[in-house]
Amino acid sequence: MPAVITTTDLVVARGGREVLRKISFGVEAGTVTGLLGPSGSGKTTLMRCFVGVQIVASGTVEVLGRPAGSADLRSRIGYVTQSPAIYTDITLAENLRYYATILRASSDDIDRVVEQVDLSDRMGQVVGSMSGGERARVSLASALLGGPELLVLDEPTVGLDPVLRRDLWALFHELATSGVSLVVSSHVMDEAERCHRLLLMRDGTIVADDTPAGLLERTGGSDVEDAFLRIADAGDAA
Amino acid sequence: MNPRLTVATTRRVLTQLRRDPRTVALLLIVPCVLMTLLRYVFNGSPLVFDRIGPELLGIFPFTTMFVVTSVATLRERSSGTLERLLTMPIAKLDLIAGYAFAFALVAIVQVGLAAALSLGVLGMTVEGGVVLIVVLAACNALLGTALGLFLSAFARTEFQAVQFLPATVLPQILLGGLLIPRNQMAPVLHAVSDVLPLSYAIDAMHRVGNGEQWSGGLAVDLIVVLGSVVAAVGLGAATLRRRTP
Repeated sequence: MPAVITTTDLVVARGGREVLRKISFGVEAGTVTGLLGPSGSGKTTLMRCFVGVQIVASGTVEVLGRPAGSADLRSRIGYVTQSPAIYTDITLAENLRYYATILRASSDDIDRVVEQVDLSDRMGQVVGSMSGGERARVSLASALLGGPELLVLDEPTVGLDPVLRRDLWALFHELATSGVSLVVSSHVMDEAERCHRLLLMRDGTIVADDTPAGLLERTGGSDVEDAFLRIADAGDAA
Repeated sequence: MNPRLTVATTRRVLTQLRRDPRTVALLLIVPCVLMTLLRYVFNGSPLVFDRIGPELLGIFPFTTMFVVTSVATLRERSSGTLERLLTMPIAKLDLIAGYAFAFALVAIVQVGLAAALSLGVLGMTVEGGVVLIVVLAACNALLGTALGLFLSAFARTEFQAVQFLPATVLPQILLGGLLIPRNQMAPVLHAVSDVLPLSYAIDAMHRVGNGEQWSGGLAVDLIVVLGSVVAAVGLGAATLRRRTP
């Protein structure tokens, strides 16, 4: 499998502090990679590096064979930020139409993405009157426009009810099967088991890079949360 | 730059405005109310109203557009939509120009209404012609929009953005020749006023208010104003950074 993301010795500093410390790894095409770790571990910063909006102190990030942030990558990556980056004072349809114009996506494509996030009947609703979970799905829908090859999703399932969360994870796997690569961050450890591969982050470093099964086997943990604790404890002891 | 994306941005900004009818009402009604106030403040001396009325007709859209634009762009920054857009295939100039066109359109309606009221009902006489005064006022609105776009890049909070009005607009009004002619000011102040774009906007309104038709002096004023618009829009686009700390 070709790598869709490769980072080498990536360092990001903010306010005189290194928030990412020499991170190196690769993400394979057509997989769902989970980026897990507590708040403040550097997940969002790492994702910002993938989409090329983060100032990098040293190291390299290659995405889809190009340096991250290259102009020709802009239509090939879908990015969902942690707080929904959508216009709350206009309707769902108006939001998607604007983003679709920028991404050169058709109106059929708009119908497709609202179907995928199950908001087809809400096209005329002003986004500001939607719930937090619905807004997250609006943001996701806009990232799916134009059929990007790589989806970078920062906590896309926060605050969603379990049924919806399950449906969205089914969608992520469906997309991965069709060849799309996904990087999904979460601080909810139970979502980890639904990923092909896990990157566990803590204090700006990747403390584990494995499949969910491999991680449990290696650490002897009963679940991913337990595995994370064992790794963290071992790290603190060392 | 891609005209399709500029137009899409303009349309999106206008849609946002349309869904906020109270803001639209304020934008359109406030200048009319102020012109009416001005007319009756100078009730006993209609000549004064005729002298400063046209100049104020240019300053109202300038200030309101400045504030509205500053707040709108700051909101785009703080809501995260700006960062999102900068990861997408849209040029920075498309965004800025999209905003400028949207607010310029609003400004034209605003000035049209205020001018119609002033000339038709309040009895203001503009010797140089009505069309010219509306065109100039629209240029001033565009100047306000452009400066608002540019300066909002330096505001981190809404409080700061709103403070840019007294900090950057009021000095231009004080020095622009509205209160006393610029050539009667102290040399230092006169020199400062020479580099402030609003001085030329006020000068142009003054010329038309005094019956001047199309002239070389008016053309220079207009070139300076529109040149400042282009410069501010360009600088505004340049201050947008795709990569941030």
